[in-house]
Amino acid sequence: MTKVPVEFTLNTREQNEFVETGSTLLSALRDRLGLYGTKAGCHQGTCGACTVIIDGEPHLSCLTLAERCQGKDVTTLEGLAPAGALHPLQQAFMDGFAAQCGFCTPGMILAAKCLLDRNPDPTRDEVVDAISGNICRCTGYEPIIAAILTAAQGMRKPARKRA
Amino acid sequence: MEYRKDYFTGTQTQDLTEVGVTRQRSDVLGHVTGKTQYYADRQFAGLLHLKMVRSPHHHARIKSIDVAKALKVPGVVRILTAKDVPQNIYTILCLIQVEPNDEPVLAFDKVRFKGEQIVAVLAESEAAARDAAAKVKIVYEVLPAVFDVEEALKPGAPLVNEYHGRNYFTYEGHHCRRVRYGDVERAFAKADHVVEEMYQSSPIEHAPTETTGCIVVPDQNDRYTCYSNTQALYFTLDNTALILNSPFQKLRLVGGTVGGGFGGKVDVITEPIAFLAAMLTKRPVKYEYSREEEMQVSSPRAAERIYIKDGLMKDGRITARKVTLYVDAGAYSRHSPYGTTKAAAHMPGPYTIPNVWVDCHCVYTNRTPSSAMRGFGVTIGDFALEVQMDKLARLIGMDPMEFRILNAYRDGDMKAHQKQVEGAALVECVQAAADLARWPLCDRSKTASSLKREV
Repeated sequence: MTKVPVEFTLNTREQNEFVETGSTLLSALRDRLGLYGTKAGCHQGTCGACTVIIDGEPHLSCLTLAERCQGKDVTTLEGLAPAGALHPLQQAFMDGFAAQCGFCTPGMILAAKCLLDRNPDPTRDEVVDAISGNICRCTGYEPIIAAILTAAQGMRKPARKRA
Repeated sequence: MEYRKDYFTGTQTQDLTEVGVTRQRSDVLGHVTGKTQYYADRQFAGLLHLKMVRSPHHHARIKSIDVAKALKVPGVVRILTAKDVPQNIYTILCLIQVEPNDEPVLAFDKVRFKGEQIVAVLAESEAAARDAAAKVKIVYEVLPAVFDVEEALKPGAPLVNEYHGRNYFTYEGHHCRRVRYGDVERAFAKADHVVEEMYQSSPIEHAPTETTGCIVVPDQNDRYTCYSNTQALYFTLDNTALILNSPFQKLRLVGGTVGGGFGGKVDVITEPIAFLAAMLTKRPVKYEYSREEEMQVSSPRAAERIYIKDGLMKDGRITARKVTLYVDAGAYSRHSPYGTTKAAAHMPGPYTIPNVWVDCHCVYTNRTPSSAMRGFGVTIGDFALEVQMDKLARLIGMDPMEFRILNAYRDGDMKAHQKQVEGAALVECVQAAADLARWPLCDRSKTASSLKREV
């Protein structure tokens, strides 16, 4: 198996790796780097559990070749908030019972993060559209949509945090 | 959510302060930070990957198995067939006296459904295991297959499962699970209307986001630890011990974190063979279903076919209900004999009917074995019953909510299973639902109560 060097930014830190040609970013994150927050649900780009953020956009890491991440900025769930702190989306998912089994949660939160970064005041339809590539099988979409809208509201008005 | 305390006042002895209160899950911090550890979120040096060679046929005799070419694939470490499994024939619910053992861990003489596991390939990489699995040569003699529950019960139908000798599960000497109460035929003769309808459902796949799988790791002193996403750790431990003829203390199960289950991870399929592979190779072994395997071979909710024949009076009383229900178990028992008993226990629904006749058949076909899924044995029956209730109400021009209130169980009524009703609440549930839907009820329905039958 041929290996190629890849340099990219992973959760704000420089990362230099030798990866097998044809191997996926999902495999690099989980099997090489031990970042298990990114989940493998289908390995075929249909479930969204492996969603990561690459240069501000949501990408399916199971369909992204690791070698194509050269020079890119990659964020996984582990890099969403500084250690010990929670991103407003994480807090909203906790408070709103938006994570039951938790397996789709990393992908949901990262897809939602991309939405809120480009559109801080989304409509419900825009939230539904943003997570339309992410399958949830137990929590149900309603608490997830509500949590994303709640987080968006909180992020727009940081001074008026909910009690 | 609203907790209505105005019902059954005086009979409630508990305050039930937790009902209707949202509490944070104890594991949710792990979920939102990605720190929850699912079974696959681990690395082990020297991990072997297990890939299964599966039957391409619904029903076939296995004439020969040739693994010579597969063994030559670089990275292949070992190949397992039925001969390697100490007690190859099992059934999950032998633990609760369901018998006979009717399912092989690895098929050897016959395959009974498409996707059945036959040969396990162990290799250094997933790719090598997959390549080698494709090179295992199996010669089959294709047999006639049966896919329909009623066809399977006809004389001359292909015999699916020799361990049963017939295409149905035998309940204490009977060909089905039965309920007999009163005399339905006499009641049909006296009824104003007799309505007979058929309902059926397809198998339903749970489709958990995390596919079924496990990793078994050799520990010290010839002990083995299995990290699994099973929903049934103790079923898995007990069945594995039986299949491997191994003392319990050699086997350790670690689990409880499941990426979606819904009953789909209650069967014991991946663990016994992964345990065996780890024991024979002394290396960690991972057996994980691909998404395709999850859809094709993991047990779905059983398909059911249900015939309901009701005797109905003009005033709305149901005087007789005859139910013939078929559960498609697929090729093996798994949880279906139990699910079929649940179906029989659930009929004729939450209604007081003086004459009831129920036959529930657990039928073997060449379809994927079905098993547990959220309320299995009950959910499809409820669908059939409630659609039937709507049809009956429409037939006599009665409001469907009032029709249900009229026929609903009251405390003290005798059920078809010869058990007196207690703690009934259907009348109040329908009243509350009507209230929320702003659905007008007549005074008689409004004042009805589960505590007593109005005269």
